[in-house]
Amino acid sequence: MESSSAIVPVIEFRDVGYALPGGRRLLSDLNLQVQRGETLVLLGRSGSGKTTTLKLINRLLTPSAGEVRVNGTPTRASEVIRLRRSIGYVIQDVGLFPHFTVERNIGLVPRIEGWATERVRRRVEELLQLVGLEANLAGRYPHQLSGGQRQRVGVARALAADPAILLMDEPFGALDALTRDQLQREFLSLQQRLNKTVVFVTHDLREALRLGSRIALMEAGRLVTVLPPNDFVRSSDPLAAAYVESFGGGLGSVENRGQSRP
Amino acid sequence: MNLFHFLLQNHDQVVELTLEHLWLVGISTLLAILIGIPLGIVSAHWPVWNKPVLGTANVIQTIPSLALFGFLLPVPWLGDRADRLAILALTLYALLPVIRNTYTGIRDVDPAVVEAGRGMGLTGSQLLFQVELPLALSVILSGVRVAVVVSVGLATIAAAIGAGGLGEFIFRGLAMVNNQLILAGAIPAAILALSADFCLGWLERRLRPR
Repeated sequence: MESSSAIVPVIEFRDVGYALPGGRRLLSDLNLQVQRGETLVLLGRSGSGKTTTLKLINRLLTPSAGEVRVNGTPTRASEVIRLRRSIGYVIQDVGLFPHFTVERNIGLVPRIEGWATERVRRRVEELLQLVGLEANLAGRYPHQLSGGQRQRVGVARALAADPAILLMDEPFGALDALTRDQLQREFLSLQQRLNKTVVFVTHDLREALRLGSRIALMEAGRLVTVLPPNDFVRSSDPLAAAYVESFGGGLGSVENRGQSRP
Repeated sequence: MNLFHFLLQNHDQVVELTLEHLWLVGISTLLAILIGIPLGIVSAHWPVWNKPVLGTANVIQTIPSLALFGFLLPVPWLGDRADRLAILALTLYALLPVIRNTYTGIRDVDPAVVEAGRGMGLTGSQLLFQVELPLALSVILSGVRVAVVVSVGLATIAAAIGAGGLGEFIFRGLAMVNNQLILAGAIPAAILALSADFCLGWLERRLRPR
């Protein structure tokens, strides 16, 4: 173990590779560290390996080479159910349980963790408020909510057991531009208050620049470069430059990214 | 109406045979559920089992019922009592719809929901009992409904080996060339099938996830 816990990255990839059982390689030689409290964005086209990378963190996938460490412990050595419950997970299709009310969806992990009913109820109330939903939605079913509301419930559910790490896989991808803009803004203010370690997958450069403290560009199963947003737009790396170019180059200065319009 | 008179005059026997019929169908359906749902779960989760399990159930389904009753007759413990034998045969026939619908119901659960559940750290059995089975329930129930309706009809044939039920009237009517007697067995059986279909259909709609 390292002498000071402050220098142990929350998430660390060491020479990680991942291949499908059939042998097709989806990820090679990945080395990456995620520090406490930062929002690392995995940026790339579909098939670049960003979702695979994300799933290696909560061991929905197990690396076929190298190791992934969470809080210094290799995921392969940790108890998988414990590991997953200590990490919040939000996906694009939300995956809310259609037969559960909003309240049961959000309270599921606390409940199976054995929290008292009253404590779960209070936690759900608190979370609904945190993600900007009215308390009277608690009794609704997912099909009775709008896309934006569903996604907020998804975020609330991921935060339920107060995990230190949050994995988000294109969480705002399926939303209309206005709702997406609003949820991105709320994400930023939420992140300021909660200070979680977030790994965020997107193919949208604008979203990456706006939300990320660092951007990791991926291409064909390899990590191209990891840079803060300001450096990313000016990067001379040909792949990064091409990515910026494909988004129309002039995205405006990164300094006012908090106010950018969709 | 002659038939009406017949049913009234023999209402004791009609009730008795109907209850016998219900017993045969009820027990065999229950057994088919207890065996079929686990088999359906196994084939949905471990694809290797899918072909052998569904294949076997399919083959059983193709054996003519009268032949199956005949085949089973010489089997030691079973052949001793006709109702045992009838229940076994009916259970075998009811297995296919139950297994197939359990399999389909679980496979049709939205992969995003299962993925979210796994990612949140649900164990295999929590995922099964809190997510997969509840979401597959209406599909499973529609398999049970098919099984019950088919069993009510098949159970009339059980009378051929002396297992009782409404088939008694039918076979007696056939032997005596008495249409009234045949109808006295067939009509209550049809009513049983329709009401089971209606009740289970209602339940199925109630449980369908939105």
